[in-house]
Amino acid sequence: MNSNREELRIGFYVCHCGHNIAATVDCAEVARYVGTLPHVALSREYKYMCSDPGQELIQQDIREHKLNRVVVASCSPLLHEHTFRGATEAGGLNPFYFHMVNIREHNSWVHTDRKEATEKAKALAQAAIERVAHHKALEVKRVKIHADVLVVGGGIAGIHAAMTMANAGKKVYLVEREPTIGGHMAKFDKTFPTLDCAACILTPKMSEVGNHPNITLWTYSEVTKVDGYVGNYKVTVKHKPRYIVEDACVGCMECIDACVYKTPKFEDEFNEGLGKRKPVFIPFPQATPQVVIIDPETCLNLKTGKCKKTCVEACADRMAIDFTQKETFDEIEVGTMIVATGFKTFDAKRVPAYGYGIYPNVYTALEVERLVNASGPTGGEVITRDGRHPKSIGIIHCVGSRDKKTNVWCSRVCCMYSMKLALLLKEHTGAEIYNFYIDIRTPGKGYEEFYNKLLDEGVHFIRGRVGEVTDWAMTPEEEGKLTIRVEDTLAGYVRRIPVDMVVLATGLEPQQDAQDVRRLFNLSCGGEGWFLERHPKLAPVSTFTDGIFIAGGCQGPRDIPDTVAQAGAAAAECLALIDKGYVEQEPNTAFVLAEECSGCKSCIPLCPYTAITFDESSKVAVINEALCKGCGTCVASCPSGSIVQNLFEDDEVFSEIKGVLAYD
Amino acid sequence: MKYSYFPGCSLKGLGRAYEESLLPVMKHLGVDLQELDDWNCCGATAYMSVDEAKACVLASRNLALAERDGNHPILAPCSACYLVLNKTKHYLHQYPKMKATVDRALNAVGMKCEKDVPVRHPLDVLINDIGLDAIKMKVTKPLQGLKVAPYYGCQIVRPYATFDDQANPTTMDRLLEALGATVIRWPLKTKCCGGSLTGTIPEAGIRMVYILLNEAKKRGADCLATVCPLCQFNLDGYHSAVRRQYGDVLLPTVYFSQLMGLAFGLPDRDLALNRAAIPFRWRPSSPPPAPAQPPAAKSVAA
Repeated sequence: MNSNREELRIGFYVCHCGHNIAATVDCAEVARYVGTLPHVALSREYKYMCSDPGQELIQQDIREHKLNRVVVASCSPLLHEHTFRGATEAGGLNPFYFHMVNIREHNSWVHTDRKEATEKAKALAQAAIERVAHHKALEVKRVKIHADVLVVGGGIAGIHAAMTMANAGKKVYLVEREPTIGGHMAKFDKTFPTLDCAACILTPKMSEVGNHPNITLWTYSEVTKVDGYVGNYKVTVKHKPRYIVEDACVGCMECIDACVYKTPKFEDEFNEGLGKRKPVFIPFPQATPQVVIIDPETCLNLKTGKCKKTCVEACADRMAIDFTQKETFDEIEVGTMIVATGFKTFDAKRVPAYGYGIYPNVYTALEVERLVNASGPTGGEVITRDGRHPKSIGIIHCVGSRDKKTNVWCSRVCCMYSMKLALLLKEHTGAEIYNFYIDIRTPGKGYEEFYNKLLDEGVHFIRGRVGEVTDWAMTPEEEGKLTIRVEDTLAGYVRRIPVDMVVLATGLEPQQDAQDVRRLFNLSCGGEGWFLERHPKLAPVSTFTDGIFIAGGCQGPRDIPDTVAQAGAAAAECLALIDKGYVEQEPNTAFVLAEECSGCKSCIPLCPYTAITFDESSKVAVINEALCKGCGTCVASCPSGSIVQNLFEDDEVFSEIKGVLAYD
Repeated sequence: MKYSYFPGCSLKGLGRAYEESLLPVMKHLGVDLQELDDWNCCGATAYMSVDEAKACVLASRNLALAERDGNHPILAPCSACYLVLNKTKHYLHQYPKMKATVDRALNAVGMKCEKDVPVRHPLDVLINDIGLDAIKMKVTKPLQGLKVAPYYGCQIVRPYATFDDQANPTTMDRLLEALGATVIRWPLKTKCCGGSLTGTIPEAGIRMVYILLNEAKKRGADCLATVCPLCQFNLDGYHSAVRRQYGDVLLPTVYFSQLMGLAFGLPDRDLALNRAAIPFRWRPSSPPPAPAQPPAAKSVAA
């Protein structure tokens, strides 16, 4: 078996995990069986092995019974391997003399037959007993952490995270792909439920970010490559040409006035297409950085080369306009990252029954945010696309949410923003406002009170999912209006409500390129495309990649307070890592037995982490332990069998297989 | 591409104008239609409601025939046939018990239904297999000046939206535009035509017919274009009843295939335009007024 000089004394523990395991697996029987196996010095069952007394039990047994190997059969190693390794170490053993058996996720949770599940648990336990005999003492290595941080996405999540870390004295790179930071929040008029002006609370933070000595702000830029590992990431950032020298531009906007297009002609993205802009523009008055941008799709000079370039003349000796700009790249080193890439709103055209894109007076909620905003396309005057002042407005909730045909999830913010818009529209127009809802969801501080306030204000609430929005008039009152057809499920009949304007409360969706971003940062996604946290309850901002955290709408629909809280949490996680100064690396890395390596180099291109190099002097492959993730690809592929992986050495794996097969 | 043509009862009876116009049009486009030999009732609406298993067996026999005759996609122009055949396929996929019943019945006459033969609607084939470009090439007499309200009815998009949107189908809109017609935008494209209510509860059925005719007319339509024999029958055949109840809303209803034939320059006698109760007299041959469209007039002459 093992050539260890000392006698093997294995301690085995089977955990009940309350009823989680014990309800399906006969733990007493497992303990009894394992106790009969050779080298097992003691075998116990216990209700909660992960509890303090459970861990204390392991430590005590190591000392009193002179155990030199420990096996715990309980939950997934993802959850508690670390805990039990710690207990083993505290008992005076090398932590890698411990091995864990998963009889919860792999057994009790997925089986119903108690007898079969018990047999399976016994087989798995026997495999672990055989395996642990071959375990070797290993050392955990420490790697230094680079103190700089990268924040991807300049919405309120990225802004708050960057500010928190910069204020703590860390150097932060903030990368945003749009020409300005601010994200969705910059487009909002007011915020619920307090009706704070969104710009008033956001723009000071934006300019603080722009001026902070510890923040390098790169707008109109994107991360294109991520290499390395926790503590030592190498990131490539692409800067798209904005045809403006950022340092030279003073934001005077004289070039905009001077543009050969005398009047704004092109769809203004910031105002959701409700207004017009010129080819040279600044997205909104408080944009950060305060520099203009030239859109190559609409600029006459960039499109045709034939233009009087009156903008260059106007810029004069500031010489901030540079039509020769090309893409540039920066490579930076950071230790940790926060991905805060946000969400997109549901495309209302996907529900044609609601008439968006068919009837001009059907709006999305984000469009209405701009419409009621004082710096919006109409200066805050609510006037429909056909030039009318609406006397009645219908707000349809859950558009693209809670619907099997589109998205099944609740987008969380729509009820509240719909009620906010109801109030704002009522203030601006005095119109009758009808809310069409499935359920009103107000789970937040002051939210239910806000709903009650609206009821008092005389805003109408009709419970029912809207069937259609139509311009088919059945009565003279409906002529020239949009009629909302809905089953009023409280009154119990189908109603037709004619209105002048329809607002669609579109839900939230993962960004279009969420999958690309996921691959870039090696994150996981749930089925819907939202980035996956390491644990939904206990590690809500961590990801499965160490040193990379997520915050805000990229993880799932959430409102501003939750987003800011999460951004703060992500920043704190980064700071905790940075201030610790090092990370411990799992010793499950591979190494080359130099005397056996033939130098064929076949492993080098296979390594996904570029951890293998060729040593020309000794003509053998060398694995950089810091880069190795322990995936085992090289081990399996090595023709001469000269690559070995800690914790997965041949005798460990084969004895485990032998153990599970030996059980009958 | 070859198709097994499944006319169903309507296209041989009340809706024969549909067949009489569709076949020459498809032939003109070079589509190889082979009428399914020995086809039987599709099992449509009423039967489906009375006994699903028997209706499914009936429909499956047609699927089995198509499978036997080369497994070409079935072309089902009648909306009810299209729906029931697709519904049966769905049942056979979804419900093993239904599949066993059908298999037993077919087996008794030495047939089987295994190959999942596609059931297609002419609009689907025209847009997705033949393509609007090929159709435009065949247009010799564009339907200039004709204002058409496309009317899809319920069954070709609900519940199975296989080739068009359920709430706002557009395939016929695009087809009619390719023919040169002016398409009326209206929200009642898929609203019920009254279905069999015109026979069972006339006051409800007639009201639905009236709503469609009235709204199309209000929006300036010269005619309704339909894809369904029952829709055509309801919208064309109850004008006197509508007049008695609501007043005159005279508006002809034609099959899209008849409009295609007109645009392709096929002779009137090939298009069965005389079969409708409300005659459709508009013809593209009358050249458009000279000052308005001189280049188009030229190309027509050429």
